Amino acid sequence: MTETHADYQLSQLDQLEAESIHIFREVAAEFEKPVLMFSGGKDSIVMLRLAEKAFYPAKIPFSILQVDTGLDFPEVMETRDRWVQRLGINLVVASIDDAIKNGIIPDAAKISRNRLQIPTLLNAIEENGFTAAFGGGRRDEEKARAKERVYSHRDEFGQWDPKNQRPELWSLYNGRLHEGEHMRIFPISNWTELDVWDYIGREQIEIPSIYFSHQRRVFERDGMLMTETPLNPMREGEVASERTVRFRTCGDITLTGCVESTASTIEEIIDEVAIARVTERGATRGDDKFSEAAMEDRKKEGYF
Amino acid sequence: MATAQNKPMDLLRFATAGSVDDGKSTLIGRLLLDSKSIFEDQLEAVEATSEAKGYDYTDLALLTDGLRSEREQGITIDVAYRYFATPARKFIIADTPGHVQYTRNMVTGASTADLGLVLVDARQGLTEQSRRHALILSLLRVPHLVLAVNKMDLVDFSQEVFDKIHAEFTQFATKLNIPDLQVIPISALAGDNVVNRSENMGWYQGPTLMHHLEHVHVASDRDLIDARFPVQYVVRPKSDEFHDYRGYGGQVAGGVLKQGDEVVVLPSGMTSKIAGIDLFDKEIDMAFPPMSVTIRLEDDVDVSRGDMIARVNNAPTATQDIDAMVCWMTTAPLLPKAKLAIKHTTRNGRVMVKDIQYRLDVNTLHRDQETKQLGVNEIGRVQLRCTVPLLVDPYSKNRTTGSFILIDETTGVTVGAGMING
Repeated sequence: MTETHADYQLSQLDQLEAESIHIFREVAAEFEKPVLMFSGGKDSIVMLRLAEKAFYPAKIPFSILQVDTGLDFPEVMETRDRWVQRLGINLVVASIDDAIKNGIIPDAAKISRNRLQIPTLLNAIEENGFTAAFGGGRRDEEKARAKERVYSHRDEFGQWDPKNQRPELWSLYNGRLHEGEHMRIFPISNWTELDVWDYIGREQIEIPSIYFSHQRRVFERDGMLMTETPLNPMREGEVASERTVRFRTCGDITLTGCVESTASTIEEIIDEVAIARVTERGATRGDDKFSEAAMEDRKKEGYF
Repeated sequence: MATAQNKPMDLLRFATAGSVDDGKSTLIGRLLLDSKSIFEDQLEAVEATSEAKGYDYTDLALLTDGLRSEREQGITIDVAYRYFATPARKFIIADTPGHVQYTRNMVTGASTADLGLVLVDARQGLTEQSRRHALILSLLRVPHLVLAVNKMDLVDFSQEVFDKIHAEFTQFATKLNIPDLQVIPISALAGDNVVNRSENMGWYQGPTLMHHLEHVHVASDRDLIDARFPVQYVVRPKSDEFHDYRGYGGQVAGGVLKQGDEVVVLPSGMTSKIAGIDLFDKEIDMAFPPMSVTIRLEDDVDVSRGDMIARVNNAPTATQDIDAMVCWMTTAPLLPKAKLAIKHTTRNGRVMVKDIQYRLDVNTLHRDQETKQLGVNEIGRVQLRCTVPLLVDPYSKNRTTGSFILIDETTGVTVGAGMING
């Protein structure tokens, strides 16, 4: 061959981007009504950026869907609103409070909001007739996710059957559905936490300010630093103090802990992530701590 | 992008295969651990489980056994993807089970791999299964193969044992299509020649496994000659700013496309020139695999999803008759006259099975022409007739334009994977 292959080298981040864009276009072409599940976290923001690139200069040809737990960080909502405005896309909000009010889900004060997200989300998918829902799940996050397909089939009850997944070969995705079923699509399956940060840094895109180091009044619970807020009353013996912290994930304010950190730029966060010795979920997510198989169980029920 | 001043970090996708007891999960655990890709909480969980099970060592296999049912059975049942990076490369492992009934998972894992890693137990030598794994990797045209001879510690690090397996495998490999083979003696449990060079095998002069994975040259595996661009999505903004914009979104499957290139749109046969190539809001000089770009043409020709843009004098074959090796993936057998849906690049159609020429015995390479059907996990040569022309290349030339999947129209499930002959 006369070509020098070195001239046609694509960095691994560009390869991941190309793969994700391919997935977005494939879904937009083959599904009747896709939607992008948006949590406001860094992974869903990276998804929005990839979707923007996939269809540019046209607008993103689908809506975004957010489950409003009523317990979201206000900084996350502000970032969401700026993205929605800039991209001119339609935002569908599925509120847990509304779902309780309308009797769609039981008002079970004892159940965590995290659990109530599942029926609220499934109801929103069904009501709006969404046939494909993009999620920001990554296979490096957790052992059950490591086995999930990019196109992950959900039955009419929204359930995932890990033992009965469709084989997924080459980049040939099979989007066939029966009435009432839908597909979860994970376009950043092959990205790692570090890839996501590298990409945010490279693209210079806006993420919620809570990812960066800031002063916050926090207290310790189950080995995690939790935000002091009326939404999450402190228990006996818990004491709040002001610390310099940042969040590694964005979730329910009552379950998402932060870590002590002085990383205030993307570059500093990347340095921190590169040497981190604890997974982002292990460190700061109460919802994954309940059992070793916690994520697998929630996924089967229809969690993101 | 391609003109980066310092060498960009690249990506290696590899598939692992081995029997339940070959120590594959332990090896992956070792790669992750020794490359410092294991997090403390993951390692602590595994240490705790190992202790609870009464082991006197940390069972690294537990790091990768994902689903609860697998943990209960103690075997890996499906394709799992793992990630790790060294300063040289990022790695994606498709970890596939070696168990006999799971050929389909191996085919799945191998379909996207640049390199295949086959494990054998030094005490056992080559088994039917290791031969089968090598054959599948060769059928899937995985360009690089590593045979890791594991558990060398249990044969006293004997060169003689290693040489015998090496020779036997090289002999077998001559019957296959393996452009690049590396054989490495290792001990996954103790770590010999995985990341760190073994102090027990001074007779081995080759690279460690990690060194080989970091340095094996994969950039030239792509076809940069034959331009292939399957059209995925027509981008038409219809906005004031981009009123007349019409672009064709897709991922380059072969060759290098440049502005001004004369191209043909298939299957219509209309010709035009590339007016520009867009990557988001930037116009770029050229596109090559595996870039996802948007191509604009000079003429207002009719182009839609499922079409292919190629060069005028170098186009794929448009044909309704497909001759392919098919791996069958469902319990009900594939029979002549069966009707199925097919997906090839961005094109969908229906096919009828005209003939099942032979079933390939994946252990002996024997071609069985008597059995006119394919059972689950069997591979055979099949003739198909498609309702629409497909724009194909031989799989040996292009893994994207040479592959397809077959879908059961009733259940919607992917039931077959095909590699086009020619």
